[in-house]
Amino acid sequence: MPSIMAPRPVVRALDHLGRRTAGALAEIGLAASLVAESFYWLLVGRRRRQPVRASALFRQMMEIGIRALPIVAAMAATIGIMLAIQGIHTLRAFGAETQVTLGIALSMTREFAPLITGIMVAGRSGSALAARLGTMRINQEIDALTVMGISPVRFLVAPALFACLIIVPCLTVFNGFVGLAAAGLYVSVELGMSLAVYAEEVLTILSPHDVLHGLGKSVIFALLIAVIGVVNGLMVSGGAEGVGRATTRAVVQSISAIVITDMLFVFVVTR
Amino acid sequence: MDALDHPRSAVIIAIRGLVVRYADRTILSGIDLDVHDGEIVVIMGASGSGKSTLLRHMLGLERAQEGSVMVLGVDVASAGQAALAALRQRIGVAFQSGALFSSMSVIDNIMLPLAELSDLDPTIMRIMARLKLEVVGLGGFEDLMPAELSGGMTKRAAFARAIVTDPKILFCDEPSAGLDPAVASAIDDLILRLRAAMGMTVVVVTHELASAFKIADRIAVLDQGEVLFVGAPEALRQQASERIQNLLNRRPQDDTLDPEDYLRRLTAEHPLRPVPL
Repeated sequence: MPSIMAPRPVVRALDHLGRRTAGALAEIGLAASLVAESFYWLLVGRRRRQPVRASALFRQMMEIGIRALPIVAAMAATIGIMLAIQGIHTLRAFGAETQVTLGIALSMTREFAPLITGIMVAGRSGSALAARLGTMRINQEIDALTVMGISPVRFLVAPALFACLIIVPCLTVFNGFVGLAAAGLYVSVELGMSLAVYAEEVLTILSPHDVLHGLGKSVIFALLIAVIGVVNGLMVSGGAEGVGRATTRAVVQSISAIVITDMLFVFVVTR
Repeated sequence: MDALDHPRSAVIIAIRGLVVRYADRTILSGIDLDVHDGEIVVIMGASGSGKSTLLRHMLGLERAQEGSVMVLGVDVASAGQAALAALRQRIGVAFQSGALFSSMSVIDNIMLPLAELSDLDPTIMRIMARLKLEVVGLGGFEDLMPAELSGGMTKRAAFARAIVTDPKILFCDEPSAGLDPAVASAIDDLILRLRAAMGMTVVVVTHELASAFKIADRIAVLDQGEVLFVGAPEALRQQASERIQNLLNRRPQDDTLDPEDYLRRLTAEHPLRPVPL
């Protein structure tokens, strides 16, 4: 009975690889079509009398942004103080600790503010998005929207995507301010530098290009977080366990994508 | 066959040669079925018979690989998004789980199709939604959240949302599943009342025999992806076919297993390796 014999390991491995590749391509295709359809509804929704509702957008912005302010502020202050401690400790070896402001201002604005904000939003809102859409899918709520003639992309995906694209850069700016302020407080205590002098130095060091560098990253991170959360949520199968798996997968994929994209962005922009 | 049995009114759902396959499994193999204006048709069958798949094709949630599914003159198997969206405003669906949005109150759930698809004044929408809640016997419960409703109330709320736009066809997926007999009977009465009051065509998918015989004008029996019978409930009782009698008398099908298929299933997780001779 040849039909019940196991295929060779190489064939099995190739089969597995082929299936995984096809699955990944399908996910990328779904992600691209969701983004395109979201922009379509944003642009022509009002003409077709099915606009992307501002109320839904504000609700998402509230959830992703405003409610995340305390935790983002806490993380930003911690990172800012940590940078100040490490910077002063390292530069003291060269007797150049007063130069710490340069390191803090650039690393906070260009690197840590977008990165930490991205990771926080991915963990907090990307997972929530995947869980919400996944639960709606297994409860047939997405089917219900479809058969009512309401586009699930317009109603569910577009508000989350555009809220992320608006609020993550805002959170990044907030994160940068809090981080720099917290670092400034530590520097003023440790080095006896007044806050006014610290602020003036920071403003002298930072160029619009540095700010745009951080903001550019945050827009890409926002897109990644929303798309990965939505795709994982919409592809849920297997009941409550499937929702749990999708949520974990969304967080892991988002954070990995953020870190890798960060490196690629820095490589492309700074070389 | 069924079209000839029912010359009384126009055919508003016409399914011809519908074939559905998932990988190498055939779920529906050449379904032909007509639904006439104003009748209640119950699609009945055991679990896995393909009735939910058939419903999903009628709703356009899945596209047919072969055959056609005409609903109110629109071929949902090949229609574009705009045609499907227009069609969907003329049908209502009550899902098995209710599919109410957990973040919205009952009244907001009922108002959703109106709020998203019409330019009506919010006060008018609220009045229309309240009216439909009264029709299904849920008056006074509009401010509750779906999590605060019992199983029967959830089904009623789903019916209210399905009929809020006064659809031409109402589709119901397992409306009495998971309910105690008294509540299930009340849901059956509600379906009959809705048809009488609103004159809509109703398509019900169920495996509940009592419910099917109580509400159906005609019953379509599905088994292993085939339509075994379409006709009046009385005619169904008199069918001599063993498969139909098994279904009506709740006897399990004679599941003769191919030995090789059985061995393949057993070894699916840990495939056998050829033994070197």
